Amino acid sequence: MIAHSIFFYTFSLIAIISAIMVTASKNTVHSVFFLILDFISISCLFIMIGAEFLGMIMLIVYVGAVAVLFLFVVMMLNVAQQKNQWFAAKDSSKHIPFGLIISTLIFVEIIIVIGGWKYKPEIFDINNSFTQLSVSNTHSLGQILYTDYIHIFQISGMILLVAMIGAIVLTFRQRSGVKRQSYIKQISRERAEGVEVLKVETNKGVRIDD
Amino acid sequence: MDYLSIIFEQVYKILFLLVPVLVSVAMIVWLDRRVWAFVQKRQGPNVVGPFGLLQSLADALKYIFKEMIIPSSSNKVIFILAPIVTMTLALIAWAVIPFGATQVLADINVGILYLFAVSSLGVYGIIMGGWASNSKYPFLGAIRSAAQMVSYEVSIGVIIINVLLCVGSLNLNDIVIAQQNLWFVIPLFPMFVIFFISALAETNRPPFDLPEAEAELVAGYQTEYSGMMYAMFWLGEYANILLMCAMGAVLFLGGWLSPLEIYPFTLVPGAMWLILKILFLFFLFALVKAIVPRYRYDQLMRLGWKVFLPFSLIWVVLTASFLFYFNLLPVN
Repeated sequence: MIAHSIFFYTFSLIAIISAIMVTASKNTVHSVFFLILDFISISCLFIMIGAEFLGMIMLIVYVGAVAVLFLFVVMMLNVAQQKNQWFAAKDSSKHIPFGLIISTLIFVEIIIVIGGWKYKPEIFDINNSFTQLSVSNTHSLGQILYTDYIHIFQISGMILLVAMIGAIVLTFRQRSGVKRQSYIKQISRERAEGVEVLKVETNKGVRIDD
Repeated sequence: MDYLSIIFEQVYKILFLLVPVLVSVAMIVWLDRRVWAFVQKRQGPNVVGPFGLLQSLADALKYIFKEMIIPSSSNKVIFILAPIVTMTLALIAWAVIPFGATQVLADINVGILYLFAVSSLGVYGIIMGGWASNSKYPFLGAIRSAAQMVSYEVSIGVIIINVLLCVGSLNLNDIVIAQQNLWFVIPLFPMFVIFFISALAETNRPPFDLPEAEAELVAGYQTEYSGMMYAMFWLGEYANILLMCAMGAVLFLGGWLSPLEIYPFTLVPGAMWLILKILFLFFLFALVKAIVPRYRYDQLMRLGWKVFLPFSLIWVVLTASFLFYFNLLPVN
């Protein structure tokens, strides 16, 4: 048990400190690196409570893919400069109300969840099938997702698909004057249309580019 | 005292795994160069030791005595961290590779997810190195490799789903045991081919070595690195290649199982079979390096997103329907 708490406090300390550093560090790229550290320590905490599937999926999806794209965007656009300009501008104070509203909302939500968990344990109906210890975490997740919650699961998948297609449509633009390689055209070329034997008259030459 | 003995036992086990992995990394660098040379009718490294076997050790010695140059305009902490990240990630993944029914360091429930997660984290070493160098070529190399590795991870993930449908467990030992009657390379042969090509792209091997394409980017993300830090990148890269070979051997070639369960084959220990399979896959990696010319970047992206992803997705549907129709789905 001692070892368990040592690991728990180490990971949660790292998670909290790096979460603070995400907002506190001046360099935006450093912020993203701290965010990644935060994700990794949170997934370690997931693994410690026995949710190894969630922890690994968190590593694969958030750290392996989403954070890479974050980093990609932050490195490509000069976000640091924009951020400094944004804070230096006079009208930056008009963002304060929005920030206050959102943070109050998040705070109230957390209070409700923690209060409910503390004083009304029965509102959190931890599904009975999950508590079967003989079945592994992954199996029980699959059994719940594909039976009781199949419709919600499918609908969330459809929403993500629609969002993906929407993003592609919004950013897609057909540029003119770009030479594209057509593989079918290349492969289906025959010798007859590729090579032509010409009789060249002396001192005349031939035009080849038409 | 109880704790101490457990810790010593674990450290002993870890060293027993890591030291052979590091030595074999040095050996396969030599093997890679030899195969490459023989394809081109050259001799390759053959001076240091018998058949040049000690060439990698000599190289390592050279790198240790070289000066480590840290560019003055670089971001120093991240610059030094990058090769360490690459090296560590390439080594920690070996914890879950099964060398036998019981010879595995960590026999965890979600072994294949762990392998996949660690191999997808490998991109950070490259991005960090490329960005922290604060120079054009490394940065371009890092950007390229980020896009490339994220794209090919998607198809590797879908291929893993194919295998998992046939196994019904995420444990690597279960995956090996499920292949007792038939290695997955036979029913899932197209997936094996796509896995092999995706593994080439995932480890930045030729023909997909665009992050370090020497004709365009000097040496890509490694341009500013020298001395021991360069050697660590290099070791990490080859350890990653070995890991990908091990993953292919476990997923498709039956891991530590012997090809036939008859008398002379059963004498050979399971770990030996796994090593032979890894070496076979690595030999293919080395051959591809010598034979195939480098891809252009748009061709690489097209292959990943427009060819491999749809094909492996369709194959998932086919595998699932086949297993469902013939009532072969693994249920426990």
